Amino acid sequence: MKKMTINGMVVQVEDHWTILEACRFYGMDIPTLCYRDGLSPGGICRLCVVEIGKGERTKLVTSCNYPVEDGLVVRTHTKRVIRARKMLVELLLARCPSSKTLQDLAAKMGVQRVRFKVKDEKCILCGLCVRMCEEQMGAKAIGFAGRGKERRVTPPFDIKSDVCRNCGACMYICPVCQLRCQGPEPPSVVCGACLNVEPVCLQDNDDVMCYLDTCGWCYKMKKR
Amino acid sequence: MNRRKIKSPSDLEKLRQEILAKRDPKKPRIAICAGTGCLALGARKVITTFKEELKKRGLENEVEIRETGCPGFCEKGTIVVIYPEGIYYLQVQPGDVPEIVEKTLVEKKHVERLLYTDPTTNEKAIHEDEIPFYKHQMRLLIGNNIKVDPKNIDDYIALGGYRALAKALPEMTPEEVIEEVKRANLRGRGGGGFPAGRKWETTRNAPGEPKYVIVNCDEGDPGAFMNRALMEGNPHSVIEGLIIGAYAIGSHEGFIYVRDEYPLAVENTGIALEQAREYGLLGRDIMGSGFDFDVKIFRGAGAFISGESSALMSSLEGKVGAPKPKYVHTSIKGLWNKPSNLNNVETWANIPLIINKGARWFTSIGTEGSKGTKIFALVGKVNNTGLVEVPFGITLREIIYNIGGGIPNNKKFKAVQTGGPSGGCIPERFIDTAVDFDELTKLGSMMGSGGMIVMDEDTCMVDVARYFIDFLVDESCGRCVPCREGLERMSEILNDICEGRGKEGDIELLEELSEVMKDTSMCGLGRTAPNPVLTTIHYFRDEYDAHIKEKKCPAHVCKALIEYYIDAEKCTGCLACLKACPEGAIAGEKERVHVINREKCSKCGICYDTCKFGAVIIS
Ligand SMILES: Cc1cc2nc3c(=O)[nH]c(=O)nc-3n(C[C@H](O)[C@H](O)[C@H](O)COP(=O)(O)O)c2cc1C
Ligand code: SF4
Ligand code: SF4
Ligand code: FES
Repeated sequence: MKKMTINGMVVQVEDHWTILEACRFYGMDIPTLCYRDGLSPGGICRLCVVEIGKGERTKLVTSCNYPVEDGLVVRTHTKRVIRARKMLVELLLARCPSSKTLQDLAAKMGVQRVRFKVKDEKCILCGLCVRMCEEQMGAKAIGFAGRGKERRVTPPFDIKSDVCRNCGACMYICPVCQLRCQGPEPPSVVCGACLNVEPVCLQDNDDVMCYLDTCGWCYKMKKR
Repeated sequence: MNRRKIKSPSDLEKLRQEILAKRDPKKPRIAICAGTGCLALGARKVITTFKEELKKRGLENEVEIRETGCPGFCEKGTIVVIYPEGIYYLQVQPGDVPEIVEKTLVEKKHVERLLYTDPTTNEKAIHEDEIPFYKHQMRLLIGNNIKVDPKNIDDYIALGGYRALAKALPEMTPEEVIEEVKRANLRGRGGGGFPAGRKWETTRNAPGEPKYVIVNCDEGDPGAFMNRALMEGNPHSVIEGLIIGAYAIGSHEGFIYVRDEYPLAVENTGIALEQAREYGLLGRDIMGSGFDFDVKIFRGAGAFISGESSALMSSLEGKVGAPKPKYVHTSIKGLWNKPSNLNNVETWANIPLIINKGARWFTSIGTEGSKGTKIFALVGKVNNTGLVEVPFGITLREIIYNIGGGIPNNKKFKAVQTGGPSGGCIPERFIDTAVDFDELTKLGSMMGSGGMIVMDEDTCMVDVARYFIDFLVDESCGRCVPCREGLERMSEILNDICEGRGKEGDIELLEELSEVMKDTSMCGLGRTAPNPVLTTIHYFRDEYDAHIKEKKCPAHVCKALIEYYIDAEKCTGCLACLKACPEGAIAGEKERVHVINREKCSKCGICYDTCKFGAVIIS
C-alpha cells in the first residue's frame, strides 16, 4: 500500500494503481475518453489530466497512465485542470461534432462554444478500437498509419485484413460510431446537451449521494 | 591497416610519441575542409586539384594534404589552411589552387585575395585567430576539426586523444567519474539542459541489465548542423566520451543514432569505430582494464520527432519513431525496457575535456547555472553565418555583432529566434542578455539544440510564428490531442491573420490554446511548440493588432495585406517595371506615369526591386 493525497484527503492506495484508479476508487470523477477498463491506457486524449505537486512546482499529468507514488499530492479539479479539459473538448468537438460522447462531455463540462472552424471527421484518433482489437480480440487487424495531420486508423496496407473476424468490437467501443448526435448543425456545433440519460436516482432514490459525481442531470437542472 | 592493440595507458602514450616522431611539424601541410558544407561548395574538386598540382610540381612528398572536419565557417567554404604558418584561405575555388601552391608553398607569400577581408576596414586577416568570426569564439570542441582527418584515428591521438579514457579507466572508479561530471555541472546540450551526471547516476543505479548508452545525433532542427559537424569532423571526441560514460554507468553496449540525411557522419563514424576497435579502444578488455564495451551505428529515419528520447528508442527497437505515453524515464526503462542513458553528441564530446582538465577548470567557464561552451548555428540576417562555439554568459549582442559581424545592408536588428522551431523570439531590448539555459527560458525562449536565427527590420513577426507552426504541424507525430489538433488550429488562426481574416479574440484564443498545449502535450514537441507564438505575441503584440484590426502588415511581408502602387511624382515612365512584371499587371507608355492593375497584381514585388527611382511603393 502507498499513501497519497487526493484533493486534500490522505488515502491508502494499492501499489500497482494509477492515479485514475485511485481517484475512481475514492469516488472522484475524472473524465476520460481514450481509457477503458480492460485496455492499456492510451494517454492520447489528455482529458484525464490532474495537477500534481505542491506550491509553485506543480504540473499536469495524465492520471490514466501515471503510477501512484508515496507522498504524491493530486488535485483533480483545479482551475488549470478545468481550463485544459475544456480546451481539449473544444478541440475534439470542432473536429468531430457528431460524436454524442463528445457532446455529452461538452455539456457536462460546460463547454458552450467552439471557437475553431468546424470539421466533420469520423474519428478522433483515440485508439480505443486499435487497442480493443489487439488486446481483447487478439486480432491486430487495424492500426495507426500516417504522421501528424495524416494520422488515421486503418488495416495494414489499407485493405481489409484477413485476421479481421467481423466481430464489431471496434465499432462497439468507438466514441464516434457508437452513438451519433444528430443535433448539431455547424456553425452551432454544440448541441442541446440532451445527455440522453434519465438519471437512475430520479426514479429510485431522490437523495442519492450524487454530489460525488455530476451525472449531467444536476447540471441541466441548475441551468434552468 | 594492422594496428597494434593498446593494452595500457603507457601503450597509448608510446603510440602517441611514435605518431609524433613520424611527423615533422615543419613540413608544409594543406588542411582542406571536407565537411558536408564545403563538399557541397566543391571541396572535392579543390582537393583533387591540389593533389594534381603538387604532383605536377613533384611536391607530393614534400607537402601533406589533410582532409579535415568542418571548422564552422561554411558560408565561406571551401576553407583551406596552410600549415605550419596557419594561413587561412576562404572561398577557395579549384582555379585558385595553382596560385596557392606557387605563392604560398613555394614563395612563402600570401594570396591576398583569398584572405579574410574586414568589410568595414578592408584589413586582411591571415590567421584563424585574427578573423573576427573566430576571434571572439571559444572553440574547445569544434576547434580541432580543422586539425584532424576524421578518417584517421592517429590524428586524434596525436592531439592527446583518448588520454581522458586512459585516465578514467585505471585511475577512477565509475562513481568518481560520475562525481566529476556532476561537479562539472555539465548540462545536456540536446535541448532540455538536464544535468548529465545526475542522469548517468540514475541509469547506473536503475535495476536491470544490460544497460545502454546512446548518442543522439538525430538533429532534426532545420538549419542546425553542429552535431553533424562534430560527428563527421571529429567522431573520436564523441566516441571517447561515450566509452567513458559507458564505464561510469556500467554499460557494455552503445548506439550512435545518426539521421539518415547525414551519410558522411555515418561513414566517418563507422571508420572511427573500426579504427578504435583495431587499437583495442573498443571491444574486450579496453586498454587492459577489464572493461568491455562496443558501439553500433543506427541510421534513423530523420524525422524531427525521432530525436525525442522515447521516440528515438522506439525507433532503435525497430518500431515507428513516436513518443511513448509513459511516465517512466528512459534512463530507468528505455531501450527494450532497460535502463538507457541518452545524451546529445555535444554533451558526450564535453566528457573527455572534463576528465582531462577537471571539473574545476570546466566550471570556471560559463555562468552560475550553465558551465562550459555551446555551439550555435548562427543563421539569418547576419553578415557571418556558420557554427559558433562560445562560452555560456556571452551576450546575444556579442554573438550577433562581434562574431556575426552585424546585420547586412545597414538594416536594423529586430529579433533573434533561439532554440530551433519551437524556440522563442527575443526582441532587441534583450540583446544584452547573457546566453545560458536559464536566461533564455526566462525570456520565453530556450536553448534547444542551439539554433540561432537573426531577423532584421524587414521581418514580420506574425509571419515568423506562422512559419514555425506550419513546420511543426508537419512534424507532430499526431498521437496526442493537444499537439495534433492544437497545432493545426494554431496554424489555421495564424494563416487567417496573415491573410487578412484575423478577428477580435484571435490573440486571446492563441494564448489560451498555447497554455493548454504546454500543460497537456505528451512530449516536448507539443509542450514547446507554442513558444514562437507566445513570444511573438508577448513582444510584438502591436504587429498582431495591426494585422487583425487595421489589416496591415507593418513589415510589408504578408502579401494579402499589402498593395503595390506607383508614385506618380517619382515615376519617370522608363518601362522597366512594365517589362519585368510577370503578370502583365502594369500599364504605361514611355515617359508616362505607369499604373498597377490591382486585379492582375500577384504581389510578387518584382516591380519594387526593379524600379531604380523608388517610385514603386508598398502600402
Ligand atoms: C521533438 C523533440 C526533438 C528532439 N530532437 C533532439 C535531437 O535532434 N537531438 C538531441 O540530442 N536531442 C533532441 N531532443 C531531446 C531529447 O529528447 C533528449 O532530451 C536529449 O537527447 C538528451 O540528451 P542531453 O541530456 O545530452 O541533452 C528532442 C526532444 C524533442 C521533444
Ligand atoms: S475509429 Fe473510433 S475508436 Fe477508433 S480511433 Fe477513431 S474514434 Fe477512436
Ligand atoms: S506532443 Fe505532439 S509529437 Fe509529442 S506525442 Fe503528442 S502529438 Fe506526438
Ligand atoms: S483517458 Fe487518459 S489520456 Fe485519455
